[in-house]
Amino acid sequence: MKWNRIISVVAALCLSFTLWAEETHDAPSDEVNVGEILFGHIGDSYGWHITEWNGKHVTIPLPCIVRSSTGWHFFMSSEIEHGHEYEGLFLAEEGRYEDKIVERGPDGGYIRPFDISITKNVASLMFTAVLLVSLVLLTTRWYRKHDATEEAPKGFAGLMEMMVMMVNDDLIKPSMGEKDCRKYAPYLLTAFFFIFLSNLLGIVPFFPGGANVTGNIAVTLVLALCTFLAVNLFGNRHYWKEILWPDVPMFLKFPIPIMQIIELFGMISKPFSLMVRLFANIMAGHAMILGLVSVIFVTAKLGPVISGSMTVITMLFGVFMDCLELLVAFIQAYVFTMLSAIFIGLSRQEEHA
Amino acid sequence: MNLMLPDSGLIFWMTIIFAIVFFILAKFGFPIITGMVDRRTKRIDDAIAAARQAEESLAGLAKEQERLLEEAKAEQKRILQEAAAQRDSMIAKAQEEARQAAGRIMDEARTRIREEKEAALKDIRKEVAVLSVTIAEKVIRKELSTDTGQMEHIDKMIDDAAGLSS
Repeated sequence: MKWNRIISVVAALCLSFTLWAEETHDAPSDEVNVGEILFGHIGDSYGWHITEWNGKHVTIPLPCIVRSSTGWHFFMSSEIEHGHEYEGLFLAEEGRYEDKIVERGPDGGYIRPFDISITKNVASLMFTAVLLVSLVLLTTRWYRKHDATEEAPKGFAGLMEMMVMMVNDDLIKPSMGEKDCRKYAPYLLTAFFFIFLSNLLGIVPFFPGGANVTGNIAVTLVLALCTFLAVNLFGNRHYWKEILWPDVPMFLKFPIPIMQIIELFGMISKPFSLMVRLFANIMAGHAMILGLVSVIFVTAKLGPVISGSMTVITMLFGVFMDCLELLVAFIQAYVFTMLSAIFIGLSRQEEHA
Repeated sequence: MNLMLPDSGLIFWMTIIFAIVFFILAKFGFPIITGMVDRRTKRIDDAIAAARQAEESLAGLAKEQERLLEEAKAEQKRILQEAAAQRDSMIAKAQEEARQAAGRIMDEARTRIREEKEAALKDIRKEVAVLSVTIAEKVIRKELSTDTGQMEHIDKMIDDAAGLSS
């Protein structure tokens, strides 16, 4: 009984929303471009677009920091919105640098300047970083105030402790020894919580969440690079011997270093897989949810019955996808941490006796 | 779309942000949490070990107590047995002594009785002798009061003496 009522209320809401959407989208120029919405969200942008209200875009302007041929430029992203030009810099409309800050080259083509603007993703990264640091420091504050040997934390500190110890004891410790665990746990825990929090904030559909941070290849590239460095900078003799002079018949490693090339390929493909896995999973999740939401607007033109029923179906799928994304948010952070731990553990393995 | 092309600005910021976050959390965050939990785990382990030890020592104590009780019981039994033996021997000794004392007393009494008896017999004999002498005196006096009697008596005595000498 109770569920029936909830479903009918949701359906009615969807229907009324659809009618409203139909009203606002009656102009022919308002053709819904799903691809634009999708890639506009999944990609990065200079301003943080929050919503559209009465036909006006509500966007938080973010600072742009660009070093072009004319030197450093600092300005807000609102200066270059809607095709405006600022000190010779503007957003490219097409081509390779679409929606990126460019300047006009002498031959009329676009030249991409050195650009370290605080984009939407950077702002979201900063927000995630601040949130993560405050959450963890809040937890450690409990430990400073209490004698942890006498009592266990409750509430939020207890939750954080549970998660930290879950990652530490069930993920990192089995992958490497007790000794290495102490050394690498801070990095792996940071990676786990950073990815997990970013993923979760990515699912939150409104400001300050909703940015596609871990679904951006630059972010996952840096994370994978950290693991790559951790593996290769602290790999022991055995690890390097396995790469440079493995125990295989001589003709496989000399004079043509077949095995070395294969090992080198494996060395690079491991962090590469980490990078692509996280990026692709989160990006695809965002694309799926956005696509489902877009269906509501695409079908808005097809009359109230179709769009209403489609809205209900889409909503149900959306709820399912959001639940799935919650799961994926955790699983991807888990997998990244676990594989990193395993790769590091392998590089620290001693030779079999 | 350039989704697969990492943006240099984002890489730059991500590196800086992640490095800062890692630095802060690796220095002030996670090691404190894991360290504290490890300490607590160690403390709990210690407490469990101590409890086990206490339990063991308690079990040992119970065993010791049992042993002591057993010993005490054995001791008690031994003491009781000893006491019983001593008592028995004492009684036996006392009885023996009593018997001996009684025997001595009886002997003494018997000796006394015999002595008394003998003394009494002696007295009686004396009395009888005196009496018989008196009687004899009286008889003789009476017989000798006459001449015939005197003569007869002398005769008789001479007979006796003759009889004795013959």
